Amino acid sequence: MDVFVQQLINGLTLGSIYGLIAIGYTMVFGIIGMVNFAHGDVFMMSTFIALICFLLLTTVLGITSIFLALAIVLVVAMFFTSLTSWAIERVAYRPLRGSFRLAPMISAIGMSILLANFVQVAQGPRNKPVPPMVTDVIVLMENNGYQVTLAWKQVLIMVVTAVLLAGFWYLVQKTALGRAQRACEQDRKMASLLGINVDQTISLTFVIGAALAAVAGVMYLMYYGVANFADGFVPGVKAFTAAVLGGIGSLPGAVLGGLLIGLIEVFWSAYFSIEYKDVAAFSILAITLIFLPQGLLGRPEVEKV
Amino acid sequence: MAVQLAESPPAATQPPATPPAQTTAADTNSAFGHALKDTLITGLIALGLLGPLVGFETVVRDTGAGSALGLAYRPVVVAVMVAIIMVGRLVLNLTVWSPNRVVKTRSGPSVFDRMGTAVGPVVKPALFAFAVAFPLLAAMLMGGLNESRYLIDLGILILTYVMLGWGLNIVVGLAGLLDLGYVAFYAVGAYTYALLATSAPINEFFSGLLGETFWANWAFWICLPIAGIFSGLWGMILGFPVLRLRGDYLAIVTLAFGEIIRLVLINWVDFTGGGAGIASIPRATFFGVPFTAGEDGFAALFGLEFNPMHRIIFLYFVILALALITAFATVRLRKLPVGRAWEALREDEIACRSLGINTTNTKLSAFATGAMFGGFAGCFFAVRAGFVSPESFTFDISAMILAIVVLGGMGSQIGVAVAAAVMLGGMEMLRNLGFLKQIFGNDFDPSLYRMLIFGFAMVAIMVWKPRGLVSTREPTIFLKERKAVSGDLVKEGHG
Repeated sequence: MDVFVQQLINGLTLGSIYGLIAIGYTMVFGIIGMVNFAHGDVFMMSTFIALICFLLLTTVLGITSIFLALAIVLVVAMFFTSLTSWAIERVAYRPLRGSFRLAPMISAIGMSILLANFVQVAQGPRNKPVPPMVTDVIVLMENNGYQVTLAWKQVLIMVVTAVLLAGFWYLVQKTALGRAQRACEQDRKMASLLGINVDQTISLTFVIGAALAAVAGVMYLMYYGVANFADGFVPGVKAFTAAVLGGIGSLPGAVLGGLLIGLIEVFWSAYFSIEYKDVAAFSILAITLIFLPQGLLGRPEVEKV
Repeated sequence: MAVQLAESPPAATQPPATPPAQTTAADTNSAFGHALKDTLITGLIALGLLGPLVGFETVVRDTGAGSALGLAYRPVVVAVMVAIIMVGRLVLNLTVWSPNRVVKTRSGPSVFDRMGTAVGPVVKPALFAFAVAFPLLAAMLMGGLNESRYLIDLGILILTYVMLGWGLNIVVGLAGLLDLGYVAFYAVGAYTYALLATSAPINEFFSGLLGETFWANWAFWICLPIAGIFSGLWGMILGFPVLRLRGDYLAIVTLAFGEIIRLVLINWVDFTGGGAGIASIPRATFFGVPFTAGEDGFAALFGLEFNPMHRIIFLYFVILALALITAFATVRLRKLPVGRAWEALREDEIACRSLGINTTNTKLSAFATGAMFGGFAGCFFAVRAGFVSPESFTFDISAMILAIVVLGGMGSQIGVAVAAAVMLGGMEMLRNLGFLKQIFGNDFDPSLYRMLIFGFAMVAIMVWKPRGLVSTREPTIFLKERKAVSGDLVKEGHG
């Protein structure tokens, strides 16, 4: 029971991070129907931007309040990551609209390789360990010396995710931008005929997705305390799995999928084998796509001629 | 070969609204001002993109109490990079993207395509002759067999990738299925050979039946077809459930399968030896005659002086033959009904289905055929290296093979071969260029930049020439006369 509760907490934390990344996949897929393969690497880049900003703030500028530092890091990382994602869309995806079916996907794969190796060349291949940031924990239960703890950083991650989701939900459902996005999702040509700037809407979708990925990146850095150039690929695929599991194109689905993937991964590691936890996540991806391609909350896809 | 140049007469190409011949000074000024403004914005964006990650380097400093992170600063590098981008943008703004420039419109094959069509018939035999004569040339160039080892090893590496590229070409270029897990079949082939060749029970069985050394000598030749068939079977097993999926889903699922196979190879230690891999795999033999110094070795049999290079040169010809078989099979398959079905499927799946083509079987056959050639290449990899480990089968390899196929122009045989040679050979050459070290400092290692360039090239090719560098296609069926068409007129690859 104790182990179960502890793993539940860990799983929800991990799932929140996956959910935040998954939103970026699901939105881009919804609006232009492509898998933004580079999104995982955009997330990885954001951890590095956050790391550099954090080091600048703490070692050079001497800010001691960890929460102030984290807030600044969050804003800076969101800004630079969004800029990167905007530039990627502008350079690598926009010219390919209307090209043949596989072109954007191949371009995205190239971009993913480019980003991962750019960071490797610029920052070196070593793991970058960060000193633990928020270390306080709350002891929830104690049983025969086994403590079930809820770390403050876990609370922080879950709260930030929930708040962002609420704000984001409002953005998509109630604002003009959200309406434009949903219109582009349904019919891009019609939307542009009705005076919606389609290119701008798509750019903004990329920017929002990247900003959420940057939040996930800061959380990831805070939670695991390590940044590595190769850490974009596997979280990226898992977040994509989450988006597919929840029903691609559906925002609540992305978060639900993220939480499920996080929980499955953590419980799998705790009760079965830690070596095969990635195999579990990849298998879920394959199984979902084969047997439930529309996901849990998605609409079934109709093939148009 | 008649090339249709659909170049329209110059009068028709000029749109009616071309700028007047005499541009006023004000026009020029505003154009220049616009270009300058655009350049400044580009510079700012470039600074934003490069500033954080290039300008600062996180350095792990090992202190007595453990490692701590520090920052190092590289403002000069950022400044130089931003300056290069700005100058490039300014030049482009004033020349190629200048509003005053008259754009020449042209449909039909581009310069590269016309060059490809014109030189094509000569290039193929020339390349083939070069590939066959390569060991001899290398030996003459380097002044001896032993000295040419490096060049021939490089040749083997390039040919391995050429073969993998041609194998993947069947799946991506012909059938239009984006397979990101091709390395899985390479791994299956390599591990099939490694496990069978080092298996003690099989060895005992044959030593009782056909002599002590039979299995060590013949393992490669017996396992080569087995590895191919086995990989093909795996292709079917993995392909069967996923081939109903649409393009990019298929790509992600194949990627997942590739990773699953690698993770199983790492973690199933009892069966595969885990991360340590399998060592001392029997070497290739000259159809049962081992390359040893002994009495019954290759050298003694042919009355030559023993030289370890014989084995390397033999391996070179083995992979050359395998690669040529792949190419030949692809060319022949394209002319069979199944090959035509692949190409039709790539162009329009729904039309195919309405015309009564069984899409699942067609996709499956393409997937399995591609996988089979991957398996052959994997078997060859195992016998050449004498050692396999999961490290050799990462996603990077899949990405590299895909990059080669994409760069060569999906569907073009010669393009794939040239792309493999340029990308792998070019990288090796970069490594040996001394002056790069003088410019960038002594710890400059071009091999670090290899995947960076691969990724960049993939994006650049997609944006600039999505059909690859060699993008003319020859139709397989034609009425009276064969006409080369530009790749832009067809969907995924071939015309």
